[in-house]
Amino acid sequence: MSAKHAVTSIVLAGAMSTALASLAAAGPLTKAEADAAVAAKKEKCFGVALKGQNDCAAGPGTTCQGTSTVDFQGNAWKFVQGGTCTSIELPGGKKGSLKPI
Amino acid sequence: MPPEQHLSFAATFAPALLDPARTAPAIVTGPNGKAAGKRYAVYRNNVTVSLIEALAAIYPTVQRITGPDFFRAMARFHVRSNPPTSPLLFDYGHDFPDFIAQYEHAQTMPWLAGVARIERAWLDAYHACDAAPLSPARLSAIVPDQLAEIVFTPHPAMRIIRSPFAAVTIFAANRDGAPTARIDASTPEDALITRPDVEVAVGHLPPGGAVFAACLASGQPLGEAASAALEASADFDIATNIAGLIEAGAFTSLALGDVP
Repeated sequence: MSAKHAVTSIVLAGAMSTALASLAAAGPLTKAEADAAVAAKKEKCFGVALKGQNDCAAGPGTTCQGTSTVDFQGNAWKFVQGGTCTSIELPGGKKGSLKPI
Repeated sequence: MPPEQHLSFAATFAPALLDPARTAPAIVTGPNGKAAGKRYAVYRNNVTVSLIEALAAIYPTVQRITGPDFFRAMARFHVRSNPPTSPLLFDYGHDFPDFIAQYEHAQTMPWLAGVARIERAWLDAYHACDAAPLSPARLSAIVPDQLAEIVFTPHPAMRIIRSPFAAVTIFAANRDGAPTARIDASTPEDALITRPDVEVAVGHLPPGGAVFAACLASGQPLGEAASAALEASADFDIATNIAGLIEAGAFTSLALGDVP
């Protein structure tokens, strides 16, 4: 451990009491109130939390897949721009292009 | 058929399924005993398509970003060279993000592999064991002198994914299918994935947060983890990070370092 960044127990105790104070606010409330408080605080502390879409994206294995689609193998595929990648930018005006390099 | 005969049949039948360059096995014949390549092609098609569909089901966000045509072409290359090693299809595709990172035609989307890693971690968290998250009351019971020595047990669903690009923002903007605005991909982002109850949550980790969370998850005591996080980022805030991790349900229990 680097001495420069050593965290003293006083610093740690202060941080912990701050952390616990922010957590305790969601304590003896009803479930709905607690959920709302937690959600609000999550946004404040940790950026926007994204809930999972558990209904539509639980992974494969629940349906009989692959029995009706034809795999067009060979070189018939093309790199067609069909997704949202063109709205994602990098510095220098470089975008996520789907064209072959 | 008896098990050993079944295995030997599969060993003869299966190898050409994912390799179109190989001829159909000789045991596949029509009623008159002639070779039946077209019949075998039905199996070939179903194997390849079902594995591509499995990747599409595991990586819906990646597919939305690239569009289905690009995704399926990329997925086919991966499927052909990396067939499943487990009969559990939801467990397939763990090496797909690494494949995307080096896939020739995805080089203009350097953030895509990170998005895929978050998406794979989402499904791992979804299928992880259930466990009750650590209650803040357990922390308030620790006396100040012992705080530096406490160690945490990570929740089975907890995952940390680091990206040199804005992978968390890109993932969040595309996962739910809502219209997307322009995104600047150049900001590095770290994701914390948790499932404190039944819903998987993906959140941004603040500066130093990924190092802090990873140190704690690997069993380092709180004091050392905080030092390592400060080393990684001068902007690291201990209180925010402790509160954020506890709220997100990243841990299940704690203990004093010398009393495991």
